[in-house]
Amino acid sequence: MGRTLAEKVWDAHVVRRADGEPDLLYIDLHLVHEVTSPQAFEALRLAGRPVRRPDLTVATEDHNVPTTDTLLPIADPVSAAQVEALRKNCAEFGVRLYPMNDPGQGIVHVVGPQLGLSQPGMTIVCGDSHTSTHGAFGALAFGIGTSQVEHVLATQTLPQRRPRTMAVTVEGELPAGVTAKDLILAIIARIGTSGGAGHVIEYRGAAIRGLSMEGRMTVCNMSIEAGARAGMIAPDDTTFEYLAGRARVATGPEWDEAVAYWRTLASDDDATFDREVVIDAASLTPYVTWGTNPGQAAPLGSSVPTPTDYDDPAARASAERALTYMGLTAGTPLSEVGVDTVFIGSCTNGRLSDLRAAAGVLRGRQVADGVRVLVVPGSMQVKEQAEAEGLHEVFEAAGAQWRSAGCSMCLGMNPDTLRPGERSASTSNRNFEGRQGPGGRTHLVSPEVAAATAVTGRLTAPADL
Amino acid sequence: MEAFTIHTGRAVPLRRSDVDTDQIIPSEWLKRIERTGFGAGLFAEWRADPAFVLNDPAHAGASILVAGPDFGTGSSREHAVWALQDYGFRAVISSRFADIFRGNALGNGLLPVVLPQAAVEALQAAVERDPNVEITVDLDARQVRGAGVEEPFELDDFTRWRLMEGLDDVGLTLRHEEMISDFERTRPVWLPTSA
Repeated sequence: MGRTLAEKVWDAHVVRRADGEPDLLYIDLHLVHEVTSPQAFEALRLAGRPVRRPDLTVATEDHNVPTTDTLLPIADPVSAAQVEALRKNCAEFGVRLYPMNDPGQGIVHVVGPQLGLSQPGMTIVCGDSHTSTHGAFGALAFGIGTSQVEHVLATQTLPQRRPRTMAVTVEGELPAGVTAKDLILAIIARIGTSGGAGHVIEYRGAAIRGLSMEGRMTVCNMSIEAGARAGMIAPDDTTFEYLAGRARVATGPEWDEAVAYWRTLASDDDATFDREVVIDAASLTPYVTWGTNPGQAAPLGSSVPTPTDYDDPAARASAERALTYMGLTAGTPLSEVGVDTVFIGSCTNGRLSDLRAAAGVLRGRQVADGVRVLVVPGSMQVKEQAEAEGLHEVFEAAGAQWRSAGCSMCLGMNPDTLRPGERSASTSNRNFEGRQGPGGRTHLVSPEVAAATAVTGRLTAPADL
Repeated sequence: MEAFTIHTGRAVPLRRSDVDTDQIIPSEWLKRIERTGFGAGLFAEWRADPAFVLNDPAHAGASILVAGPDFGTGSSREHAVWALQDYGFRAVISSRFADIFRGNALGNGLLPVVLPQAAVEALQAAVERDPNVEITVDLDARQVRGAGVEEPFELDDFTRWRLMEGLDDVGLTLRHEEMISDFERTRPVWLPTSA
């Protein structure tokens, strides 16, 4: 019987299989950052264990780092201590680190792909749930907890139960003005925040094939928001073109050998998935979230939903709570919701194409009075490339702030936060209560909608400018 | 890891669905480099509300959390598990757990118990009626009983054995170190390294 992409990658990494036990999987790449690793390194130290494969491990500083005044010491002593702990741990255990101000520094899920470290058919883990991003290359990539970080550091393996498989097929072509972000928000709204639980999602279909690598990363990035630890897309010529010539990618006959293998990874025609969902791309429009989980999303052209319209009592209660927290009234057109802050960045939408898209909307326009706009490149390399194209001048001329690389306002661990009650349009991935700062209210949007919203001060699609 | 066989204690009803790990332990707390002391940050934002169930003195000292569906969604932060344990919880009961949270809990000996939603709601109602009612989570028998409920739960034999023995995965895996080395010799040469 045929196998799916996920099953092929899984089978190629089983070190040990025993009845009734989880499979022991080999891990090809372990990405490390400062937040979820200090306790893992400490455990190694206490047990007297080395990092088994420092050459398959790479670290960067992203969650805590400020995005302004990066040449000064980190002002928050707790953040500074965590970053310092990572530096000491990497030096002691021989792990390659891209620290603040290094040209290679950036958000961990932007750094891996830009170096060419994220490749098809690999197993990739990181102590961060958005590790699913790397599935865009046809890798099996998933987030892990700190105990598992310790396990991978010590053994380069992970015991894992074989997940179920789910196909999300997006047929047709995305209409003009509809982005990868809108697509994944629509998918999550459709299947729910636990729709992918226990599964690896494979995104398929013409609309997925038509996405750039960066668009594919945006889609796979938010798989965890649908409950799936991993999302994958079969590698194709788009993938190979992105990889060719990158720093850590093979060349010559080894490249040919790799590509030949990568071409075998696509799910077989007779492979079966445990669950299948089909989405019609042509029906999609720009999406935004209105609630406090990423499944609470709706077309920007629609209105804030009415909780009593939900049949499921848990969904109704959740919607009621969300509207109270968000300070929204049922029936209000989403396009009338005003924002205080716009955040463009994160591992979901902090890549060069995202910044180009936002700059395309802001070029020749002005940010609305009283709206704070942060544009934060996902890595120092993205920053350099954007500046080479003059994008920073577009943002600054419009009245937006051009920052240095980091997780920034995605998660409230660094100086970039919302104040209590403040409302944002954000290109990040989570609209949980307090995610961007205690009391902050988040609407998840695409870079294009974020930029248009910056211009009008309320949730707006570029087509409506 | 502390072994888990059977635990009897009082419970806290948390009637909310989609409790994400940002709520369980807000990100501000993630800057710490220790593994202990996270109990003070458990549900920090919600605890600022005096009416929040964890602030009810009737539930002081409870060791079982009875939560709504889809508990532990979002961020992979294991700090959420450490916070629940540090606060004093030994088990969380819900009709559905997010995958990463469940794995983190099992790795630390915090038992995630999946029961049908009707049984979860029966437990929540019973605890709301009488906060002193005791509930037993029996891993040996894979059963929850008490408060008028008697319900089996599923957990695979291997995970159950590991929890009951209190074994950590690194030690178990290193017994197969030779197989890891054998596997490494078969990896294609074109795979990337960070070196």
